[in-house]
Amino acid sequence: MAETAERAIVRRRNGATVIDMPAHIDISTEATLDTAYSELAPKGALLLNFTATEYINSSGIALIVGMLARARKEGRAVAAYGLSDHYREIFEVTRLADFIGLFPNEQAAVAGH
Amino acid sequence: MMTWARTLRRVVGLGTPTAAEADIQRAAATARRQAVERPPIDIAPNDPLLAYFAESRGAVSLDELKLDSPAVRALRARGSKLVVPLISQGELIGLLELGPRLSDQEYSREDRRLLDKLAGQAAPAVRVAQLVREQEAEVRARERLEQELQVAQLIQQQFLPKRLPELKGWQIAAYYRAARQVGGDFYDFIELPDRQVALVIGDVTGHGVPAALVMATTRSILRGDAPRLVSPAAVLARANSLLHGDIPRNMFVTCLYAVLEPATGRLRYANAGHDLPYVRGDAGVRELRARGMPLGLMADMAYEEKETVLGPGEAILLHSDGIAEAHDPARNMFGFPRMRELCARYPGGQGLIDELLSDLARFTGSGWEQEDDITLVTLVRSHGSAQERVLDTFEIPSVPGTERQAMERVAASVRDVGFPARRLERLKTAVAEATMNAIEHGNQGRAELAVRVEVIAMDAQVIVRITDHGGGREIPEATHPDLEAKLAGLQKPRGWGLFLIKNMVDELRVTSDERHHTVELVMRLGGGTDGGNG
Repeated sequence: MAETAERAIVRRRNGATVIDMPAHIDISTEATLDTAYSELAPKGALLLNFTATEYINSSGIALIVGMLARARKEGRAVAAYGLSDHYREIFEVTRLADFIGLFPNEQAAVAGH
Repeated sequence: MMTWARTLRRVVGLGTPTAAEADIQRAAATARRQAVERPPIDIAPNDPLLAYFAESRGAVSLDELKLDSPAVRALRARGSKLVVPLISQGELIGLLELGPRLSDQEYSREDRRLLDKLAGQAAPAVRVAQLVREQEAEVRARERLEQELQVAQLIQQQFLPKRLPELKGWQIAAYYRAARQVGGDFYDFIELPDRQVALVIGDVTGHGVPAALVMATTRSILRGDAPRLVSPAAVLARANSLLHGDIPRNMFVTCLYAVLEPATGRLRYANAGHDLPYVRGDAGVRELRARGMPLGLMADMAYEEKETVLGPGEAILLHSDGIAEAHDPARNMFGFPRMRELCARYPGGQGLIDELLSDLARFTGSGWEQEDDITLVTLVRSHGSAQERVLDTFEIPSVPGTERQAMERVAASVRDVGFPARRLERLKTAVAEATMNAIEHGNQGRAELAVRVEVIAMDAQVIVRITDHGGGREIPEATHPDLEAKLAGLQKPRGWGLFLIKNMVDELRVTSDERHHTVELVMRLGGGTDGGNG
């Protein structure tokens, strides 16, 4: 039962780029996230908005790791907000939280990244 | 009298020395050439010859000795003429024994003086040689003993269970520690027909290799007969008749043999003179008594068979006398009442074993050398054991993305179990990951192969069993994902699945057979570090 890949909206905010992450982040999201990443402003922080995200599996974690690796190579800060308690825990367990600043909402992420 | 014998062997059969002192060396060389090695003569400690040399020193002709001495008779009988005492530090350590002079003349006074002088010089050297030999013999004896201990230990360990059986609804713990001398303790679990299991504990009299061999024999006899006979009294009676006449006299084996039905807690038992097991229940501690003689003592013994039920929450302790008969520095015995009291205080299982051992350590103090083997086996029946409730069973096709269906369906099936929200989320992630592994690895993404999911509630825990068709295949050990290595491009970004599962559930069990591979995710109710903050 393959999913129809969901859209990831990319928008600018105070010099940073926000990606509104889809509801499900798994292997079917790969192309979506690739496209979204290619639409980033040439410079500036990357803010991942997980407000609408309900499900991330290990393939999804791998995609986020891939984005983080690219961003670090380009010297971009990466921050995230809107994660549920559960996925915040998973970000901690996987140590993604050591490299991605976690914020409760967009305002805090824009101000704090 | 080893010392005498050796000394005499060294010095027998000296020929005639020349008269001149300066010729001692040459005389000794000649003597060595002409010496005939003769068997040593044993001199009994009460032989009058010894008393004689305690009084008088110096060479003496055997013809002059008027003693009723077996040693003197033996020396004369083989033609010896003269004996010279070897004295070191005032102690008689041997005799120089001389035959007739080659010239057939009597030994002169000068000869004797020379011989006394020679003896005075030789004695300390002979004494040193004796001491070296004694020490060597001691070392060899110690090595033999040490080797025997190792053999006994090896036999013993070989025949103790390598792992404990897993019985649904029961916790099993066992402890064995050999004394330095290695007694003959043993315990065993034997699988029987109809999902019954035999519990065995025993103790062979004596120590070392003999005890270890009898232990191994007894264990084999019990294992051989257990599945066919089942009845504890019959098994012990048969073991007794096989052992009787076959094991060394004065050796025997105490043994408790019990058959447990794990599903009901029914326990049938017979006892061949072993220490009584304790059962701890709500009403306190009771002993399981059944009459019977130790195995191997007398032919044709009958054994009383009794029965009890171990109820939910009850525990049984099987033990050998290694703890109860341990002594403190004032020689007080640990004793059975004290064991019984400890059984009453602790619920059983590993906790009880730990308590017994630490109480024993307090009792005996630090310098204690363990007197006998210590063996402890406990079984605890869970509260409400065997109450397995199947909450849901379903299959999904091996198509990417279906793991979310499995996850949601498992979540729905445990809705009434009462997990805090956060633990439910963890279980969901683990189910999704395990199902993904089953689809991708176990079933190789072949849509026609199903992944089977069972959700079971048991003993305050939920078990989710996820089975695929990946049996008989080696499962590669997952590398531990290292985020830094991944970010540096040293590891692939993927490879988080098993890591996530392990971090999400309380326990992960993996089993496989020829055809199937099953992952069990265990999530305890109220357990976990974050149980309250859902």
